Amino acid sequence: MAAIFTGAPPNSGPGYSFTQTPAPTSASEPRQHAFYPYTDNGGSTLGISSSNFTILAGDTRSTSGYNINTRYAPKLFHIDSADPSSRLVLSVVGFAADGEALAERLDTVVKMYRYQHGKTISVGAAAQRLSHVLYGKRFFPYYVHAILGGLDEEGKGALYSYDPVGSYEREQCRAAGAAASLIMPFLDNQVNYKNQYVAGSGVGHELQQRDPRPLERKEVEELVRDAFTSAVERHIEVGDGLQMMVITKEGVEEVYRELKKD
Amino acid sequence: MNHLPQAWGRPRDDIYGAYNHSHLAPGQPTTHTKSPIVTGTSVIALKFRDGVVIAADNLASYGSLARFTDVKRLRKFNDKAVLGFGGDVSDMQYLDRHLNALAVRENYSSGSGAGEKASSTSAEASEEERAESLDNEGAGTGMAANNLHKYLQKLLYRRRSDFNPLWNHILIAGLSTPDPKVPDATPQPFLKSVDLLGTAFGAPSLATGFGAHLAQPILRRVVPDEEAVKKIDEKTAVEAVRECMKVLWYRDARSLDRYSLAIVTGEGVRLSEDERVEGQSWEFAEGIRGYGTQVV
Amino acid sequence: MFRNNYDNDSVTFSPQGRIFQVEYAQEAVKQGSVVVGIVSKTHAVLAALKRNAEELSSYQKKIIPIDSHYGVALAGLASDARVLSNFMKQQSLASRLTYDRPILLSEITHRIGDRAQTNTQHYGKRPYGVGLLIAGVDAKGPHLFEFQPSGVTQEMVACGIGARSQMARTYLERNLEQFEGASREELVKHALKALKESLSQDKELTVDNTSVGVGGVKEDFRLYEGQEISGWLETTFENTNTAPEPEAGEGMEVDS
Repeated sequence: MAAIFTGAPPNSGPGYSFTQTPAPTSASEPRQHAFYPYTDNGGSTLGISSSNFTILAGDTRSTSGYNINTRYAPKLFHIDSADPSSRLVLSVVGFAADGEALAERLDTVVKMYRYQHGKTISVGAAAQRLSHVLYGKRFFPYYVHAILGGLDEEGKGALYSYDPVGSYEREQCRAAGAAASLIMPFLDNQVNYKNQYVAGSGVGHELQQRDPRPLERKEVEELVRDAFTSAVERHIEVGDGLQMMVITKEGVEEVYRELKKD
Repeated sequence: MNHLPQAWGRPRDDIYGAYNHSHLAPGQPTTHTKSPIVTGTSVIALKFRDGVVIAADNLASYGSLARFTDVKRLRKFNDKAVLGFGGDVSDMQYLDRHLNALAVRENYSSGSGAGEKASSTSAEASEEERAESLDNEGAGTGMAANNLHKYLQKLLYRRRSDFNPLWNHILIAGLSTPDPKVPDATPQPFLKSVDLLGTAFGAPSLATGFGAHLAQPILRRVVPDEEAVKKIDEKTAVEAVRECMKVLWYRDARSLDRYSLAIVTGEGVRLSEDERVEGQSWEFAEGIRGYGTQVV
Repeated sequence: MFRNNYDNDSVTFSPQGRIFQVEYAQEAVKQGSVVVGIVSKTHAVLAALKRNAEELSSYQKKIIPIDSHYGVALAGLASDARVLSNFMKQQSLASRLTYDRPILLSEITHRIGDRAQTNTQHYGKRPYGVGLLIAGVDAKGPHLFEFQPSGVTQEMVACGIGARSQMARTYLERNLEQFEGASREELVKHALKALKESLSQDKELTVDNTSVGVGGVKEDFRLYEGQEISGWLETTFENTNTAPEPEAGEGMEVDS
């Protein structure tokens, strides 16, 4: 009887990033029906910081298996947007419900900070707090890869990336989500000039690494668009729309562009 | 009577056998629903220029058995919101009771009595003015579809986080509260879904269950994006939804040809619970080969 | 020596049917500096007189923005107001998070009213020693509510609480007819004029001792202090010197 009523998709169904069905047991054992509280909603995000701005971007497709839930589900959240001096943007990719819950938690934390201290939180403080929020659920994690962007006290672009349990690091650029493995090497090469060498500097150990320089806003926006148009071609969970948030001292500017919908 | 009070009210061991205490093992972890039992299949919905149309058939299945054929899976919440439930029917009924309690609470707190605007000229306020003020309160308060959706998303997400999920996929259709920052904003058509994990998303058209495979492609041809929503009228939207209900009846084995259909617009909710799939033609079935007893 | 036997706790009625602890709490409100609130069809305004406890100290906080759609002005024990405003802040955030809507002013007022009432009915508790004016705009339009330590709340068109606030209320009553149709600027002026009425002869409203909070339809509630209000002070009291004037708190009793 029990075997009839499994709500889980067939084992031969689409490959999810998370196992939705328990491992098949031998016929003699009773079948286990476990509730699995996670799913993967696909999509990809990236962030790049420069000398005086940070850009975060994410596609707007939301998926379940091979289905497209919607073509417009934002993964970028402007934190405490009611505060005109807020320069914080959080991007989340993975399990969308956890992502939204995390964004709301951080939004509340930042609002309470402003209420209690009478000033806007710094990006470094927000970054550390976000790490604690994630680690607080170490044994039932928010299944998301978060990237936090903002401007630091010197006005430089700041970018922090996280694992699902709160380990974090400040970086120049980071790609996350379904197409992270496609985008990240591209960013390494184009932002940090990895594997780029000064022409004519020699061979072998003589080779000189090309020095990275802060990128212009226009260059970065083009990099982001290239990264996503390429990811759309090669990953089925990425597409539909590209949402970008550009954080400068003037404010947070949102840009939306279409991506291929196939 | 048995002189041991401990035995009173219990089945007699000599007739029924000793009570199997393993059913009530203390110290065992509490268990929750891990799979749905009586289920409803697809719910489909579509936004149009001035509202939303939503439909679900009247069947509740017990596995592959068409167990209850007159179950209403659309529920009007108020004049601005209708819910469509897919998934477990008992969880749907639990939510129904819960939402009734919520509606009562809402009507107390947002009714005309509490917090009615004090008026410096209340003594000489005319009947007309009073009526107007009541009208305005009705327009601005009470839960709109977006408020209800947020609440249900939080509820289902909390339950999944407690490992005690409500096994439903719900569509919330209706009108949203206008953006207070935009001058002369009007209520907009609203359509979003929430599932047993608390995942929430909105789109010009939505479908749960099998409808996500069979109906959604048809609906997306009608309203590919929000721009298209502004162009289609109620008639087009209702026709598309009826067509999808027919396709589902043809191709989803857990569906029924009797369904409920609701239309939410600025005028309120029109809910009909005894719609039928009209103009059926099973001629296409003749051409299908390779299943069941058909061998040639 | 006379000793009142019925004021040791807030759960015992006096034979005359009074609860003295609650009445004493209401006296604490009258010790606080004056705050005024007015609503029109489109706006809700709070104005408050700030005191500095001594010359070297900063001025008190009299108006607290709670959510983007409303704020409160307080008279009485500032620390009790903090407890209440923290509670209001959390309730307001919760409303936005679980229902995606700003909390109704009537709703939040009732909630603090209920909290204050429980303090008047439990042994070992004391009533809040603060009165609040809650002003802002919600789905039903602009509102002003008054909250008292007894737990009594009521919606008002205009209201003043705190020390010598009777003078402000007299001004408000005299000009009641003008409020409903008043513009944003007119409403602020009325609030400042009402506030001025409550000042002792030798006192003036200055950019240092005055706070103004304004919320409106399609306008977030915002607190205005310092030079931001100099324009209002100049146009309201043409002869007033708005230059930062050293305030000594002279002739006024010091807040607790």
